[in-house]
Amino acid sequence: MKISQLETTLGFKTVQGTYDDREMSCGYTSDLLSDVMANAREDCVLITIQAHKNAVAVATMAGIAAILVCNSRPIPDDMIEAARSEGIAVFITEKSQFIAGGEIYQALSRT
Amino acid sequence: MSPMILNTEDSPPFILELIYRLRIRDVMTRTVISVPRGARMRDVQALMKENAITGIPVAEDGRLLGLVSVDDILNALIDGFIDDVVENRMTRNLIVLEDDMPLSFAISYFEKYRYGRFPILDRNKRLVGIISSRDILIKLLLEFNTEMENLEKQFKWSDGEVPAGSTRCEFAVRKFDFENAGKASFEIKKLCKERIGDPKVIRRIAVAAYELEMNLVVHSNGGKMFFSWADNKATIVVVDSGPGIPNVEDALREGFTTATEWVQSLGFGAGMGLPNTKRVTDEFSIESSPKGTKVTAAIRVNQDELLPHKEGE
Repeated sequence: MKISQLETTLGFKTVQGTYDDREMSCGYTSDLLSDVMANAREDCVLITIQAHKNAVAVATMAGIAAILVCNSRPIPDDMIEAARSEGIAVFITEKSQFIAGGEIYQALSRT
Repeated sequence: MSPMILNTEDSPPFILELIYRLRIRDVMTRTVISVPRGARMRDVQALMKENAITGIPVAEDGRLLGLVSVDDILNALIDGFIDDVVENRMTRNLIVLEDDMPLSFAISYFEKYRYGRFPILDRNKRLVGIISSRDILIKLLLEFNTEMENLEKQFKWSDGEVPAGSTRCEFAVRKFDFENAGKASFEIKKLCKERIGDPKVIRRIAVAAYELEMNLVVHSNGGKMFFSWADNKATIVVVDSGPGIPNVEDALREGFTTATEWVQSLGFGAGMGLPNTKRVTDEFSIESSPKGTKVTAAIRVNQDELLPHKEGE
């Protein structure tokens, strides 16, 4: 499953669309950024409510491909800016991390 | 207009950290001028004038009974009951705060209720203080002054202890600078990408660098970060100017944290930073005293993990 399918297949809204549309390895759900650093896999999508610039920094360090912001948390402009310059995709949804994670899990198991 | 010029959500990061870290008892005025319930409104008015204050609690034996504000005095003057006892004229439905609440509570109360002051009770419901926006501003100014003094003391280390290498660089990292946090690690990652081919190794270095950088931002008074590359080994050294880690063993235990609620709400301070760093590095050492902490972390890179054209560097 490609990153862009987070929108085309699952309906999450793209907020930052400048990225290399590659295959996603898996998903990782966490709001603890240190936990993300330690355990998220390369090229995964991070499912979180941490909508700020530091989440992008963590994604960059850990090689995360995309961030999905849940519960419609407002995303500040400087986060989008940072994600654009790092080529990390950012999506938003009104769904919770549990529901969004479940949908992504199912979609990834199908492909 | 609200008497408070700060708020608990979008004030600058340094102020936010302060108002979540400080407790009301650190900020409140402890010598409370109060009157017994038999005092006259006129006495209260005289006390207000004498002490240049705009609200006086009515209390007996440490028990808060009510409060007389300047508004109550004005009404008493207009309606002619300035000689009444306060018991009949005071405000009884009071909003109070507790002394061990974070200062942020007081600030949100000032925003919400628009009173000029709040009486402070301890856990035994005894009146122990009073807080006004003036108390808060004075305390914040004093804290800023302390911070300025710390900044002046900073950046006086020699970096002679940092290992030499074919590539060396250093970065200054400031306390609570979440705005720029991660920039040093990003540069380090870039340097590694020029030399190392294996993304897993690069990631380990990036994780160590970022965790150590965030530690400077979250826990230290500010510090420096050094990176060097020599003999196929990436070494990161971070040095700060205090306040030191009281118990290094605790700090290395997963889940142990001293981070404030505000820092945790940003997703940091989960007690994983140092354990994570230790786990991804081949060499790890830590020295700490109240004057400062030094962490050295190194990752050895095998010949076959290097980029081919950089071999032998």
